[in-house]
Amino acid sequence: MAHSSAGSVEQYNYDIVKKFAIASLIWGIAGMFTGVWLASELAWPFLNFDIAQITFGRLRPVHTSGVIFGFGGNALFATSFYVVQRTCQARLAGSRNAHYFMFYGWNGALIIAGIGYMMGITQAREYAEPEWYVDIMITLVWLVYFWVFVTTITRRNQPHIYVANWFYMAFILATAILHIFNNLAVPVSFTGAKSYSLFAGAQDAMTQWWYGHNAVGFFLTAAFLGMMYYFVPKQAGRPVYSYRLSIVHFWALGFMYMWVGTHHLHWTAIPDWTSSLAAVFSILLLMPSWGGMINGIMTLSGAWDKLRTDPIMMFMITALSFYGMSTFEGPMMALKEVNALSHYTDWTVGHVHSGALGWVALITIGSFYHMIPKLWNTELYSMRLVKLHFFVATLGIILYITAMWSSGIGQGMMLREFDEYGNLANTFISTVTFMHAPLVARAIGGMFFVSGMLLMAFNIYMTIRNAKREPAVGSVAQTVNA
Amino acid sequence: MTEIWMWLTDLGNSKILALLIFFPLFVGMLLYVYTGKQRSERLESYKNIPLDDEPNDIAQKGGK
Repeated sequence: MAHSSAGSVEQYNYDIVKKFAIASLIWGIAGMFTGVWLASELAWPFLNFDIAQITFGRLRPVHTSGVIFGFGGNALFATSFYVVQRTCQARLAGSRNAHYFMFYGWNGALIIAGIGYMMGITQAREYAEPEWYVDIMITLVWLVYFWVFVTTITRRNQPHIYVANWFYMAFILATAILHIFNNLAVPVSFTGAKSYSLFAGAQDAMTQWWYGHNAVGFFLTAAFLGMMYYFVPKQAGRPVYSYRLSIVHFWALGFMYMWVGTHHLHWTAIPDWTSSLAAVFSILLLMPSWGGMINGIMTLSGAWDKLRTDPIMMFMITALSFYGMSTFEGPMMALKEVNALSHYTDWTVGHVHSGALGWVALITIGSFYHMIPKLWNTELYSMRLVKLHFFVATLGIILYITAMWSSGIGQGMMLREFDEYGNLANTFISTVTFMHAPLVARAIGGMFFVSGMLLMAFNIYMTIRNAKREPAVGSVAQTVNA
Repeated sequence: MTEIWMWLTDLGNSKILALLIFFPLFVGMLLYVYTGKQRSERLESYKNIPLDDEPNDIAQKGGK
């Protein structure tokens, strides 16, 4: 049970880790609820109530930014600061002001961006919608983040830099490069929100998807692999299956991801060789991805019973399974012929969510269930709730992605169907009618997942509340022992 | 020398150049990681780093 946390305060700085972890949960619930609302709008369009601010086009970036940068970003700040301190056995570098600047700067930028989206302010670049002033805020926060992380590593008491920190470092560096180059723009005026991209035409599209897919590769994959390489061995109580495989995984992944962005632009006005290059590298990417997945799952070798007995482990191994599945599905969809069917359909949406919910969210949730009790030096309030959360979340994901497969593949086939005279066999509205039932199922899948998040929030709230009550008991016991 | 420089600065050769740089680097990394018994043992020993921070947990609990 809980003990005095005085020691941990001296050795490691958990204050900022706690703040980012809680912020992540709040953004997670808000962002996912927005996602469910959007899914419901698609199934039952009256739900936008003719209010411009909550129509699909404006609310969609609120959802994507909320879950990617709010839930995911805060989780990465939290876990990277936790992991770097513990694996370097060094206290987090930087002053309290620097830490608060990162926390309030990051979350403030997201709130300003979110309000802007609802008011119609966007630079219309996917996953990089904020206008120039928010981009500058994010850049400043990121510079401090880079400095704090690297300085902590340089102060380590451990001779070797553990591989999880390599992944976090790659994420920080790559995100900086991607963010800066993708957002090069000229503001119309310094007192207005509007700006224009420095790139034009096909180059602009390629820059956007160089950013877009590498945001997936380095923000949503490499960084969460850093999380995996620390928390899976910790929760399993055994070292990672092969350290050498993790090194190959790191370099191969880092090298290959940078080339694949153009697979988002198959069959468009870009040079054909860039499209082929992206497809080839996408296929090659399967190898490091599966190497990493196998490395994570095989960490349980000899302790497979934990998959039955430990709900936190269930989250982590299921996350790795979804990682494997979505990194198989992705290269397949990057093949030009498959892409001709899948692109511009709900299949893409399903694929994204098998990665985002199945991999990113589940590994984060598993890591949080491990980390948060340690931050407050206590135990989880209820392991039964964790187990319930696991089944609710998994059911939600499966319902979501199978609905999107049905909707997307059906939609793609209908849009390609010709009659005997060479005319399109289906009208656009007939595809919309066909998609209604899967869209309802998708919304229900999302509702399941958000319900799981609410269970988690309650469990974490009770855990922290109990921890805050217990130190008083601990200090009394210490006084008695003294 | 000028010809080599001209070849290097021709964007049309960038794919070949990238291959010449990155492929040997990748193969070199593989050889480094999987050859040498002592090096392999040293690299594998790093896998225990996350588990080595447990004594610190105990230290946080007042040295119990």
